[in-house]
Amino acid sequence: MNTQANAMPESARESQAAAPAAIPANRLFYWSLRRELWESRYIYIAPLAAAGLFLVGFLIGTIHLPGKMRAALALSPEQQYELIQQPYQFAELLLMGTFLIVAGIYCLDALYGERRDRSILFWKSLPVSDLTTVLAKASIPVVILPLLTFAITVATQWIMALLSTVVLLGSGMSAVTLWNHLPLFQMWLGLFDHLVAFHGFWYAPIYCWLLLVSAWARRAPFLWATLPLLAIGIVEKIAFNSSHFAALLQYRFAGGPETAEFEAGHASMDSLIHLHPGQILISPGLWIGFVVAAGFLAAAVRLRRYRDPI
Amino acid sequence: MACIEARGLRKAFKTTIALDGVNLRVEEGRIMGLIGPNGAGKTTALNAILGLTQYQGELRVLGRDPWAERDQLMRDVCFIADVAVLPRWIKVSQLLDYVTGVHPRFDRAKAEGFLAKTTIGRASRVRELSKGMVTQLHLALVMAIDAKLLVLDEPTLGLDILYRKQFYDSLLNDYFDRNRTIVVATHQVEEIQHVLTDLMFIDRGRIVFECSMEELESRYLEVMVRPEQLAAARALKPMHDRQGIGGSVLLFDGADRQRLAAFGDVRTPSISDLFVAVIGNPAGQAQGAAR
Repeated sequence: MNTQANAMPESARESQAAAPAAIPANRLFYWSLRRELWESRYIYIAPLAAAGLFLVGFLIGTIHLPGKMRAALALSPEQQYELIQQPYQFAELLLMGTFLIVAGIYCLDALYGERRDRSILFWKSLPVSDLTTVLAKASIPVVILPLLTFAITVATQWIMALLSTVVLLGSGMSAVTLWNHLPLFQMWLGLFDHLVAFHGFWYAPIYCWLLLVSAWARRAPFLWATLPLLAIGIVEKIAFNSSHFAALLQYRFAGGPETAEFEAGHASMDSLIHLHPGQILISPGLWIGFVVAAGFLAAAVRLRRYRDPI
Repeated sequence: MACIEARGLRKAFKTTIALDGVNLRVEEGRIMGLIGPNGAGKTTALNAILGLTQYQGELRVLGRDPWAERDQLMRDVCFIADVAVLPRWIKVSQLLDYVTGVHPRFDRAKAEGFLAKTTIGRASRVRELSKGMVTQLHLALVMAIDAKLLVLDEPTLGLDILYRKQFYDSLLNDYFDRNRTIVVATHQVEEIQHVLTDLMFIDRGRIVFECSMEELESRYLEVMVRPEQLAAARALKPMHDRQGIGGSVLLFDGADRQRLAAFGDVRTPSISDLFVAVIGNPAGQAQGAAR
């Protein structure tokens, strides 16, 4: 930055002395992120609402809890686990589903909405590069949403466990069976790994593809994001009678290394999130995905630069 | 160093040529009016200057290439576009926070000071503000940025007279000084006549006329001629001839003021009359240019 300052005329240098020449990149990124959270408040409102709704349902359901716990004592230990953990897994699934819906909606609108309402002209009138903006947008589904979903899920399950304990103690029962069958901390470790590595990192090329389409489409980004993929699959099937492309998509959506175990018979949510932590991080599929995602992002940055407001 | 310098600036879209070899030079400390009919290339020229569109030819803004260095350039350049481009969902307080966060030359206290003179509430969202208030808000932001170049593209379009007057008054009184440069493109030429220091007409992608306002006053004269003297006046070769209410109005380039005074009242032409004379006449398409 100093060389640029030196190249400026005398009159310019005076005002430069009064204010710093540039804002550090991390601060620009931070404010770009803040902007996304202001603009798309559903990023946190939707999972909070889902969790809140779930908790209301759960609270009403605790009426049956003492009876359920009494019945559980007669069951085998494995069935006990299943019975007790079921609502907690349901909460996880609900919040993961919310995550994916929010991420999809967000990515398709992120670079499309600002062109549609022409506010891109305002954003571009500020000294923030297209790269910073696009990276901030990409980090919402890849980093922010997994962490946010994790935090909200943990809080939800914690409240569930507390509510259950209060209800059980209130009806004169012991909460020991409940807590013995509820390895919350272990569940959370697995959940964290699953959310960050799978929903965040493994899905990164999907999010970046959606961002790319949202930077490119003049209208109907959802259709542009989905129909061409479908078309490629169909054309491949008709022309070559093969389905490599469909298999590729399925591999990405279902998750390479995770599905291996998933199909090996442990088809429960529990096993899915109790894989060895970090296993996915060493799979080549993840890193190939990152490369593809980086390519999509680079194209999105370029498009944001070239595309006029709609 | 010139603030803006363009040589052979070209930009073609699929079916039209928006800029057809534009040469222009805007010195520091000027207020330049870029006037032209619809579709003349005003916005394209401004977009090129702001690094929003790619172009062919040479263009330097504050010594930088705007297309390659937009984000750095925007530390020293501010921009208000024709329609309100402030995001509709944003709160005024968020807008202040954000610009404070990303702009090294933004003086928040100054912006708050400008806003205090308006009725804009900190908690309001942009979508709740009237069009005039949105422009006030944008102007307050821009005036609090210690920039070297301010680009305005039809900034007062759709505003009522009070807001329009206020807009240019604020710019002149609270913002403009010798170190700043303002480029404004507009159709509403009457209200900027006394604001500008320089004038440039653009038509069909070319700069067809340029002069400073001092030059305008010394060179161009307009006289209302009584019918009996019309033939004698026309012999002096006016550049434009139009019907006024009380007779013909003739516009002269470089004529002698004393001689013209014999025909009637001599005055400096308005920008719009000059515009019609320059663009409307030779091409024989006064209709398109008169707007």
